[in-house]
Amino acid sequence: MSNLIAHWNYFLVIALMMIGFYAVIARGNMVKKMVGLSIFQTSVFMLYISMGKVANGTAPILTGDTTTLYANPLPHVLILTAIVVGVATTAVGYALIIRVYESYGTIEDDELIKIIETEENAEAGDA
Amino acid sequence: MSGFFVNAALISLLTLIAFLAIRLHRLFAVVMLSGAFSLVAATLFVVLDAVDVAFTEAAVGAGISTILALATLSLVPANEKPHDFAFVPAFLAFATAAMLAVAVADLPAFGDVNAPIHNHVAPDYLKGSAEDIAIPNVVTSVLASYRGFDTLGETVVVFTAAIAVLLVLGGWTRRKEDGEDDNA
Repeated sequence: MSNLIAHWNYFLVIALMMIGFYAVIARGNMVKKMVGLSIFQTSVFMLYISMGKVANGTAPILTGDTTTLYANPLPHVLILTAIVVGVATTAVGYALIIRVYESYGTIEDDELIKIIETEENAEAGDA
Repeated sequence: MSGFFVNAALISLLTLIAFLAIRLHRLFAVVMLSGAFSLVAATLFVVLDAVDVAFTEAAVGAGISTILALATLSLVPANEKPHDFAFVPAFLAFATAAMLAVAVADLPAFGDVNAPIHNHVAPDYLKGSAEDIAIPNVVTSVLASYRGFDTLGETVVVFTAAIAVLLVLGGWTRRKEDGEDDNA
């Protein structure tokens, strides 16, 4: 029980993470998958930022007062980088979705698999 | 203790937004909820003393990501095909949550000053930043100076992604191929 109180922030973040995870693996629509991925990703950021938090501390901007407690700046730096890289990869994901739609006319997983199977069967039939 | 309630309220709001985002079938609403999620997440980062992360999340996560998603939606169907509740993925998500919960139970308590993460190199950065780089914002001095090469690597990743988007969407090549078509 003491763990539950000391780690509440982590547990809440994990619940959030799993909503994003479910969207990624259960939803067939590709835009929905990307949204799920970004929810998952932002939750991971929250986990890291929670680790850098110091009780009664403040943001890591130096005040000149030696008694001030600061939050750990290293997770912040890591996550700044991760946010920007995350958006770059998201952009590639959306570009791929547009390309898939142009080629196959659908962005639903199950329909896409059917189309590809039909094409493969047709090719096998020709050969 | 007030921090507990602010955090809990924000995370509950995030959970609600995330839940709605995966339930709704109109993708426009889903994308706007995802933008709202990023904005509330930015507020949570302010509460957790990560102000630099907060404004990056607000600008990049809520701004640029949403614009990219809306641009995609203008080219693909705006409605999702309805799906039934999927039991196997839900079970997998619960199992993963259980494993992660067991794992984080071993972490130092939330906000603990004596956690190992706060006693390794972080004090050196906090102490050295003022003398070495002479700017008060420690996150900036670590990002741009102490860990400058990491940031250079990040820029390379963003550049590579930009090239990948151009190649996938075929900005120039396709125009040459369907040169005769007026809709190219």
